[in-house]
Amino acid sequence: MSVLFPHPLLSLALTTMWLLLTSPSLGNLILGSIIATIAGQIVSRLHLPRPQIRRFGMLIHLALIVGLDIIRSNIAVTGIILGGPDMADRRSDFVELELRLKDRNALALLAIIVTATPGTAWLEYDPVSSKLLIHVLDLVDADEFRALIQDRYETALMEIFE
Amino acid sequence: MSHLGDLPMWAAVPIAFFLILGSTLALLGSLGLVRMRQFYQRLHAPTLNTSWGTASVILASMLMFSVLDTRPILHELVIGVFVMITTPISLLLLGLAALRRDRVKDSPDLTDLARTRRITGRDPADPAETAPED
Repeated sequence: MSVLFPHPLLSLALTTMWLLLTSPSLGNLILGSIIATIAGQIVSRLHLPRPQIRRFGMLIHLALIVGLDIIRSNIAVTGIILGGPDMADRRSDFVELELRLKDRNALALLAIIVTATPGTAWLEYDPVSSKLLIHVLDLVDADEFRALIQDRYETALMEIFE
Repeated sequence: MSHLGDLPMWAAVPIAFFLILGSTLALLGSLGLVRMRQFYQRLHAPTLNTSWGTASVILASMLMFSVLDTRPILHELVIGVFVMITTPISLLLLGLAALRRDRVKDSPDLTDLARTRRITGRDPADPAETAPED
Protein backbone atom coordinates (compact mmCIF):
# COMPACT_ATOMS: atom_id res chain seq x y z
CA MET A 1 0.00 0.00 0.00
CA SER A 2 2.63 2.53 1.03
CA VAL A 3 4.89 1.42 -1.83
CA LEU A 4 2.23 2.02 -4.46
CA PHE A 5 0.73 5.08 -2.75
CA PRO A 6 3.46 6.86 -0.79
CA HIS A 7 1.18 9.90 -0.48
CA PRO A 8 -2.37 8.48 -0.24
CA LEU A 9 -3.99 11.84 0.55
CA LEU A 10 -2.35 13.55 -2.41
CA SER A 11 -3.31 10.73 -4.75
CA LEU A 12 -6.90 10.82 -3.48
CA ALA A 13 -7.05 14.60 -3.93
CA LEU A 14 -5.66 14.37 -7.47
CA THR A 15 -8.16 11.68 -8.44
CA THR A 16 -11.00 13.82 -7.07
CA MET A 17 -9.68 16.82 -8.98
CA TRP A 18 -9.51 14.81 -12.19
CA LEU A 19 -13.11 13.69 -11.76
CA LEU A 20 -14.23 17.25 -11.04
CA LEU A 21 -12.49 18.66 -14.11
CA THR A 22 -13.76 15.95 -16.47
CA SER A 23 -17.14 14.28 -16.49
CA PRO A 24 -17.42 11.54 -13.86
CA SER A 25 -17.26 8.13 -15.57
CA LEU A 26 -15.51 4.81 -15.01
CA GLY A 27 -12.90 5.59 -17.69
CA ASN A 28 -12.03 8.91 -16.13
CA LEU A 29 -11.83 7.31 -12.70
CA ILE A 30 -9.28 4.78 -13.99
CA LEU A 31 -7.29 7.43 -15.89
CA GLY A 32 -7.38 9.79 -12.92
CA SER A 33 -6.20 7.04 -10.57
CA ILE A 34 -3.28 6.18 -12.85
CA ILE A 35 -2.20 9.84 -13.03
CA ALA A 36 -2.60 10.24 -9.27
CA THR A 37 -0.51 7.12 -8.59
CA ILE A 38 2.30 8.33 -10.85
CA ALA A 39 2.16 11.80 -9.29
CA GLY A 40 2.39 10.24 -5.81
CA GLN A 41 5.51 8.33 -6.88
CA ILE A 42 7.11 11.51 -8.26
CA VAL A 43 6.35 13.46 -5.08
CA SER A 44 7.90 10.71 -2.95
CA ARG A 45 11.16 11.17 -4.89
CA LEU A 46 11.24 14.78 -3.70
CA HIS A 47 11.43 13.58 -0.06
CA LEU A 48 8.94 16.12 1.21
CA PRO A 49 7.77 15.75 4.79
CA ARG A 50 4.57 13.74 4.66
CA PRO A 51 1.69 15.36 6.54
CA GLN A 52 0.54 13.30 9.49
CA ILE A 53 -3.05 14.33 9.92
CA ARG A 54 -4.18 12.94 13.23
CA ARG A 55 -7.63 14.44 13.58
CA PHE A 56 -9.75 14.91 10.48
CA GLY A 57 -12.76 16.19 12.45
CA MET A 58 -10.62 18.98 13.87
CA LEU A 59 -9.46 19.87 10.34
CA ILE A 60 -13.05 20.36 9.19
CA HIS A 61 -13.82 22.32 12.35
CA LEU A 62 -10.82 24.57 11.66
CA ALA A 63 -11.90 25.08 8.04
CA LEU A 64 -15.32 26.28 9.25
CA ILE A 65 -13.75 28.68 11.78
CA VAL A 66 -11.42 30.06 9.11
CA GLY A 67 -14.30 30.47 6.65
CA LEU A 68 -16.26 32.52 9.18
CA ASP A 69 -13.20 34.57 10.12
CA ILE A 70 -12.55 35.35 6.46
CA ILE A 71 -16.09 36.68 6.06
CA ARG A 72 -15.69 38.80 9.18
CA SER A 73 -12.33 40.22 8.12
CA ASN A 74 -13.64 40.91 4.61
CA ILE A 75 -16.16 43.23 6.25
CA ALA A 76 -13.47 44.84 8.43
CA VAL A 77 -11.07 45.43 5.53
CA THR A 78 -13.90 46.81 3.37
CA GLY A 79 -14.58 49.29 6.16
CA ILE A 80 -10.94 50.40 6.26
CA ILE A 81 -10.73 50.77 2.48
CA LEU A 82 -13.87 52.89 2.46
CA GLY A 83 -12.56 54.80 5.50
CA GLY A 84 -9.63 55.97 3.41
CA PRO A 85 -5.84 55.96 3.70
CA ASP A 86 -5.79 58.02 6.92
CA MET A 87 -7.79 55.36 8.72
CA ALA A 88 -5.40 52.70 7.43
CA ASP A 89 -2.41 54.70 8.69
CA ARG A 90 -3.93 54.94 12.15
CA ARG A 91 -4.91 51.30 12.49
CA SER A 92 -2.23 49.24 10.73
CA ASP A 93 0.90 47.97 12.42
CA PHE A 94 3.42 45.13 12.59
CA VAL A 95 3.04 42.38 15.18
CA GLU A 96 5.60 39.81 16.22
CA LEU A 97 4.67 36.50 17.73
CA GLU A 98 6.45 33.37 18.75
CA LEU A 99 5.06 30.15 17.38
CA ARG A 100 5.15 26.78 19.12
CA LEU A 101 4.27 25.07 15.86
CA LYS A 102 7.19 23.22 14.26
CA ASP A 103 5.68 20.89 11.68
CA ARG A 104 6.38 22.29 8.23
CA ASN A 105 3.04 21.30 6.73
CA ALA A 106 1.23 22.87 9.66
CA LEU A 107 3.27 26.06 9.22
CA ALA A 108 2.37 26.13 5.54
CA LEU A 109 -1.30 25.79 6.43
CA LEU A 110 -0.99 28.58 8.99
CA ALA A 111 0.64 30.78 6.33
CA ILE A 112 -2.28 30.09 4.00
CA ILE A 113 -4.80 30.92 6.73
CA VAL A 114 -3.03 34.16 7.70
CA THR A 115 -2.66 35.27 4.08
CA ALA A 116 -6.13 34.22 2.96
CA THR A 117 -7.66 36.22 5.79
CA PRO A 118 -7.85 39.82 4.56
CA GLY A 119 -6.19 42.24 6.93
CA THR A 120 -3.31 40.01 7.99
CA ALA A 121 -0.15 39.44 5.95
CA TRP A 122 2.50 36.87 6.84
CA LEU A 123 5.83 38.61 6.28
CA GLU A 124 8.82 36.91 7.83
CA TYR A 125 9.25 33.67 9.74
CA ASP A 126 12.47 32.43 11.24
CA PRO A 127 12.52 28.68 11.93
CA VAL A 128 15.48 29.00 14.32
CA SER A 129 13.88 31.40 16.79
CA SER A 130 10.26 30.54 15.76
CA LYS A 131 9.52 34.26 15.50
CA LEU A 132 6.95 35.42 13.00
CA LEU A 133 6.34 38.95 11.73
CA ILE A 134 2.80 39.77 10.61
CA HIS A 135 1.41 43.03 9.26
CA VAL A 136 -2.11 43.74 10.43
CA LEU A 137 -4.32 46.29 8.70
CA ASP A 138 -6.87 46.70 11.47
CA LEU A 139 -4.95 46.27 14.70
CA VAL A 140 -6.85 47.14 17.84
CA ASP A 141 -4.74 45.38 20.47
CA ALA A 142 -1.50 43.53 19.73
CA ASP A 143 -1.85 41.12 22.68
CA GLU A 144 -5.39 40.29 21.71
CA PHE A 145 -4.29 39.63 18.15
CA ARG A 146 -1.46 37.33 19.28
CA ALA A 147 -3.86 35.43 21.49
CA LEU A 148 -6.27 35.11 18.57
CA ILE A 149 -3.70 33.54 16.27
CA GLN A 150 -2.25 31.31 18.96
CA ASP A 151 -5.46 30.08 20.58
CA ARG A 152 -7.64 29.93 17.53
CA TYR A 153 -5.36 28.56 14.85
CA GLU A 154 -2.08 27.40 16.31
CA THR A 155 -3.59 25.19 19.01
CA ALA A 156 -5.93 23.58 16.48
CA LEU A 157 -3.09 23.02 14.02
CA MET A 158 -0.94 21.45 16.72
CA GLU A 159 -3.75 19.07 17.57
CA ILE A 160 -4.16 18.14 13.93
CA PHE A 161 -0.53 17.69 12.96
CA GLU A 162 1.61 17.09 16.03
CA MET B 1 -27.18 33.78 -23.76
CA SER B 2 -30.76 32.70 -24.50
CA HIS B 3 -30.72 29.89 -21.95
CA LEU B 4 -30.64 32.50 -19.18
CA GLY B 5 -34.40 32.71 -19.65
CA ASP B 6 -34.66 29.10 -18.43
CA LEU B 7 -33.30 30.12 -15.07
CA PRO B 8 -35.99 29.99 -12.39
CA MET B 9 -36.44 32.98 -10.13
CA TRP B 10 -35.38 31.16 -6.94
CA ALA B 11 -31.99 30.52 -8.53
CA ALA B 12 -31.57 33.84 -10.34
CA VAL B 13 -31.82 35.91 -7.17
CA PRO B 14 -28.99 34.23 -5.20
CA ILE B 15 -26.85 33.99 -8.37
CA ALA B 16 -27.20 37.73 -8.97
CA PHE B 17 -26.55 38.41 -5.29
CA PHE B 18 -23.31 36.41 -5.21
CA LEU B 19 -22.11 37.84 -8.53
CA ILE B 20 -22.68 41.41 -7.40
CA LEU B 21 -21.12 40.71 -3.99
CA GLY B 22 -18.06 39.13 -5.61
CA SER B 23 -17.53 41.88 -8.14
CA THR B 24 -18.07 44.59 -5.51
CA LEU B 25 -15.39 42.99 -3.33
CA ALA B 26 -13.05 42.80 -6.34
CA LEU B 27 -13.68 46.49 -7.07
CA LEU B 28 -13.07 47.43 -3.43
CA GLY B 29 -9.89 45.38 -3.35
CA SER B 30 -8.54 47.21 -6.39
CA LEU B 31 -9.65 50.54 -4.94
CA GLY B 32 -7.76 49.76 -1.75
CA LEU B 33 -4.68 48.85 -3.74
CA VAL B 34 -4.72 52.33 -5.29
CA ARG B 35 -5.71 54.33 -2.22
CA MET B 36 -3.45 52.92 0.50
CA ARG B 37 -0.15 54.69 1.14
CA GLN B 38 2.20 51.99 2.40
CA PHE B 39 3.20 48.87 0.57
CA TYR B 40 2.27 46.69 3.54
CA GLN B 41 -1.22 48.14 3.64
CA ARG B 42 -1.55 47.56 -0.08
CA LEU B 43 -0.76 43.87 0.45
CA HIS B 44 -4.08 43.45 2.25
CA ALA B 45 -6.43 44.96 -0.30
CA PRO B 46 -6.20 42.31 -3.07
CA THR B 47 -6.91 39.54 -0.55
CA LEU B 48 -10.53 40.71 -0.76
CA ASN B 49 -10.51 39.49 -4.35
CA THR B 50 -8.80 36.23 -3.59
CA SER B 51 -10.98 35.32 -0.61
CA TRP B 52 -14.67 36.16 -0.76
CA GLY B 53 -14.43 37.91 -4.12
CA THR B 54 -13.45 34.64 -5.78
CA ALA B 55 -15.65 32.53 -3.51
CA SER B 56 -18.80 34.50 -4.35
CA VAL B 57 -18.24 34.36 -8.10
CA ILE B 58 -17.50 30.62 -7.82
CA LEU B 59 -20.69 30.05 -5.82
CA ALA B 60 -22.72 31.99 -8.37
CA SER B 61 -21.18 30.03 -11.25
CA MET B 62 -21.69 26.64 -9.56
CA LEU B 63 -25.28 27.45 -8.73
CA MET B 64 -26.11 28.74 -12.19
CA PHE B 65 -24.64 25.86 -14.19
CA SER B 66 -25.89 23.24 -11.73
CA VAL B 67 -29.44 24.56 -12.14
CA LEU B 68 -29.17 24.86 -15.93
CA ASP B 69 -27.64 21.39 -16.38
CA THR B 70 -29.75 19.83 -13.59
CA ARG B 71 -26.67 18.07 -12.20
CA PRO B 72 -24.06 19.33 -9.70
CA ILE B 73 -21.24 21.21 -11.43
CA LEU B 74 -18.38 21.42 -8.98
CA HIS B 75 -15.21 22.00 -10.99
CA GLU B 76 -15.17 25.69 -10.00
CA LEU B 77 -14.11 24.45 -6.58
CA VAL B 78 -10.76 23.47 -8.07
CA ILE B 79 -10.23 27.12 -9.13
CA GLY B 80 -11.03 28.21 -5.59
CA VAL B 81 -8.59 25.75 -4.04
CA PHE B 82 -5.79 26.78 -6.38
CA VAL B 83 -6.37 30.51 -5.81
CA MET B 84 -6.37 29.82 -2.08
CA ILE B 85 -3.12 27.85 -1.99
CA THR B 86 -1.12 29.90 -4.52
CA THR B 87 -1.84 33.46 -3.30
CA PRO B 88 0.29 33.13 -0.16
CA ILE B 89 3.34 32.30 -2.27
CA SER B 90 3.31 35.54 -4.25
CA LEU B 91 2.18 37.66 -1.30
CA LEU B 92 4.91 36.21 0.91
CA LEU B 93 7.60 36.84 -1.70
CA LEU B 94 6.37 40.40 -2.30
CA GLY B 95 6.26 41.06 1.43
CA LEU B 96 9.76 39.73 2.02
CA ALA B 97 11.13 41.69 -0.95
CA ALA B 98 9.54 44.89 0.39
CA LEU B 99 10.95 44.26 3.87
CA ARG B 100 14.42 43.76 2.44
CA ARG B 101 14.19 46.93 0.36
CA ASP B 102 12.80 49.04 3.20
CA ARG B 103 15.49 47.83 5.62
CA VAL B 104 18.24 48.84 3.20
CA LYS B 105 16.57 52.19 2.53
CA ASP B 106 15.71 52.59 6.23
CA SER B 107 12.17 53.45 5.19
CA PRO B 108 9.88 55.34 7.62
CA ASP B 109 7.17 52.76 6.87
CA LEU B 110 8.96 50.29 9.12
CA THR B 111 8.56 50.29 12.88
CA ASP B 112 11.48 49.22 15.09
CA LEU B 113 9.89 45.79 15.35
CA ALA B 114 9.92 45.36 11.59
CA ARG B 115 13.44 46.70 11.25
CA THR B 116 14.98 43.79 13.18
CA ARG B 117 16.00 40.94 10.96
CA ARG B 118 14.61 37.60 12.04
CA ILE B 119 15.90 35.10 9.54
CA THR B 120 19.45 34.46 10.63
CA GLY B 121 20.72 31.15 9.38
CA ARG B 122 19.74 27.82 7.99
CA ASP B 123 16.51 26.03 8.61
CA PRO B 124 17.17 23.22 11.14
CA ALA B 125 14.08 21.28 10.00
CA ASP B 126 15.26 20.98 6.41
CA PRO B 127 17.38 17.84 5.86
CA ALA B 128 18.79 19.30 2.62
CA GLU B 129 20.30 22.19 4.55
CA THR B 130 22.01 20.30 7.34
CA ALA B 131 24.99 19.53 5.12
CA PRO B 132 27.31 22.52 4.75
CA GLU B 133 26.97 24.02 1.31
CA ASP B 134 30.27 25.74 0.86
